[in-house]
Amino acid sequence: MSNLFHVSAAPHARGPVTTGLIMKMVAIALLPTSLYGIYNFGIRALVVILVTVAACVATEYIYCKLMKKPVTTGDFSAVVTGLLLALNFPVSIPLWVAVLGAIFAVIMVKMLFGGIGQNFMNPALAARAFLLISFPERMTDFAVKAASGSSFKDYFLYGAMGVEKAASAAADAVTSVTQAASDVVTGATQAAADAVSGATPLAVLKEGESVDLFKMFIGGTGGTIGETSALALLIGAAFLLAIKVISLRIPLSYILTFVVFILLFGPDNISFNYVMGQVLGGGLLLGAFFMATDYVTSPATRYGQIVFGILLGVFTGIFRIMGKSAEGVSYAIIFCNTLVPLIEKVTMPRSFGKERVRNAKQSS
Amino acid sequence: MSRSTFPGGIHTYDGKELSKDKPITVLLPKGDLVYPMSQHIGAPAKPVAAKGDMVLVGQKIGEAQGFISADVISSVSGTVKAIEKRLTAAGTMVESIIVENDHEYTAVEGFGENRDYNRLSKAEIRQIIKEAGIVGLGGAGFPTHVKLSPKNENDIDYVIVNGAECEPYLTSDYRLMMEEGEKIIDGLKIILKLFDNARGVIAIEDNKPEAISRLKELAAGEERIEVRPLKTKYPQGGERQLVYVVTGRKLNSKKLPADVGCVVDNIDTVLSIYMAVAKSTPLIRRILTVTGDAIKEPGNFNVRLGTSYSELCEAAGGFTGQPEKLISGGPMMGIAMFSLEVPVSKVTSSLLALKKDQAAVTETNCIRCAKCIEKCPLQLMPFKLADASIHGEEELFVKYDGLECCGCGCCSFICPAKRSLTQSIVQKKNEILAKRKRA
Repeated sequence: MSNLFHVSAAPHARGPVTTGLIMKMVAIALLPTSLYGIYNFGIRALVVILVTVAACVATEYIYCKLMKKPVTTGDFSAVVTGLLLALNFPVSIPLWVAVLGAIFAVIMVKMLFGGIGQNFMNPALAARAFLLISFPERMTDFAVKAASGSSFKDYFLYGAMGVEKAASAAADAVTSVTQAASDVVTGATQAAADAVSGATPLAVLKEGESVDLFKMFIGGTGGTIGETSALALLIGAAFLLAIKVISLRIPLSYILTFVVFILLFGPDNISFNYVMGQVLGGGLLLGAFFMATDYVTSPATRYGQIVFGILLGVFTGIFRIMGKSAEGVSYAIIFCNTLVPLIEKVTMPRSFGKERVRNAKQSS
Repeated sequence: MSRSTFPGGIHTYDGKELSKDKPITVLLPKGDLVYPMSQHIGAPAKPVAAKGDMVLVGQKIGEAQGFISADVISSVSGTVKAIEKRLTAAGTMVESIIVENDHEYTAVEGFGENRDYNRLSKAEIRQIIKEAGIVGLGGAGFPTHVKLSPKNENDIDYVIVNGAECEPYLTSDYRLMMEEGEKIIDGLKIILKLFDNARGVIAIEDNKPEAISRLKELAAGEERIEVRPLKTKYPQGGERQLVYVVTGRKLNSKKLPADVGCVVDNIDTVLSIYMAVAKSTPLIRRILTVTGDAIKEPGNFNVRLGTSYSELCEAAGGFTGQPEKLISGGPMMGIAMFSLEVPVSKVTSSLLALKKDQAAVTETNCIRCAKCIEKCPLQLMPFKLADASIHGEEELFVKYDGLECCGCGCCSFICPAKRSLTQSIVQKKNEILAKRKRA
């Protein structure tokens, strides 16, 4: 028997939870909405998801190899980034745009700052913002299902419709929509076909019209791959809450603040339909439960998380109601990400048994 | 006002089933006995026996130096072989008296005689406890006579007996409560004699229901004594957590329990007080657990102070395989050892041998999950403190209350990135405190 024993500082017991496990849990929690996205938008949604995830993982792997650093893909965070990014794409996204976004998310936002844990913005959302600015039409082209007969080149370069088709769709949306819909109208896929409708629920609300709340809750509406089904998102969120990967502090304060904000500053003839439509639509649930709660880019302090949620609610409200765009979640989150150090500074917990400053002054 | 539990804390695999049903067995030493002169917090004792001297069981061989210090008592009879520096379980070299055991166990005069503690004055009780060399046996080793002599004894309204035993694997306090309950109650009564306005609370984690009902039974009819079940959560046995749960009073690191009217003593300490006061037996033995998955027959032992750890291991049947890690104490706050040739001291609570070293993990980047903040029983921000420590930012470390850390290990335990947060924080804390002491 050798007489060499391990020596290290206490504690000698370690818990079972690892970074990789947490990331896997988040990925699992995103499955319901991913699957619904595939059901809703068709097989191309699956292709977009797989390509984006693969691009994220490959980018991180190659970057680590090139920089001669330990390969960190085993922690699954690249998978989560890729998944979140893909869920934020419209199904018609050209695949090269998706790959570009993945590379931007992993290299520019995450790895250049030191890898996992060091980024100051959510990589998926920062990449989405980058793509929204660079390719606004492609990122907001919700008017589509895969048209049959596209060549692989069309598929890869231009997304579902191909450039000409996209142009013609813009010119004559109604015809295009009808045409595309008629391609797939068979009983079971009726719901999927409805998704073709170009305008997202938020755009409809912005026009002052009302939306079908039940449909929004179940998910048969237009939008990005992962944002349409409130039900699927809530199932995933409930899972994360149950296993305590996330807490309600950020999502709840976010959504409540947002509701209060639109009640105060929304349109004059505000209706229940409008409020609920705003909550269920436009990726608010996806953002509140899965992206605002990203550990790395949200405050670590208890009160800080509530402050963070409140700020998110206010900014989302401002962007959606006062802004030109119908959406606002992404920008609100990445903007508030930059405020995190400040929020943490002012919400430092008071250590156990520490006297309040006022009392300390009296006693000294 | 008492509380249901304290903020933060963790649940671990507790490993107590390995040894909780093993009665305490007396283990007599075979080899030489080693008595380090520093087995307590405070100034080391000064040897008062010389090489070649004959010593007896119960004889003082080390004398306390200054107020915060403790005597060292010989646990066997025999000859002083040497006075030299020896390795301790903490990994330090400490001046020690080495006694060759004559296996006769001849005791000093009056050793073991019954004494009626009701006839003793407060000053006499304190003097007996001081001369018995009793220190806090929960692990800290704070001299007990100092603890029992607060500035104003009338301000003490709680005497808390710490039977939480929240460290995983340890079962010695549990066994004592099951086997020596009467003596523990009597020991508490002796302490209560010192504090007229206090009531006694025996606090036990609710994962030991048998001990709770046993002591409740024994304390029935005692007006000043109450048995208080505690929610099982590590580190419930920490002094600050215990005082908070029992009384609702919060202590920071600069305060002592006496500052908020409390005296806290560990189960074995209370029993030692009883033995010293009522049985004229100074602190010459220690109840400890030898356990772990690498130990053949885990058990609880009554061991003479100064016995070598290798004899403990032998008494428990030896190893079942190659242990990766040897720990003196529990897995959360114990000290990893590289040798078994160290003596059992007053603060030894366990020998733990583990086949697998859970702490042998690769650290990865912090993902700011804030689990460490959530679990820190002192509501600190461990990941920020560890950062400040690694970057050498002392001001920031102090500003974030890093000096409040009690080293319980919850942050390192819970960290999904497997960062050694506790180590970074405790190291910086000790560095700053040492610097302040020098200045």
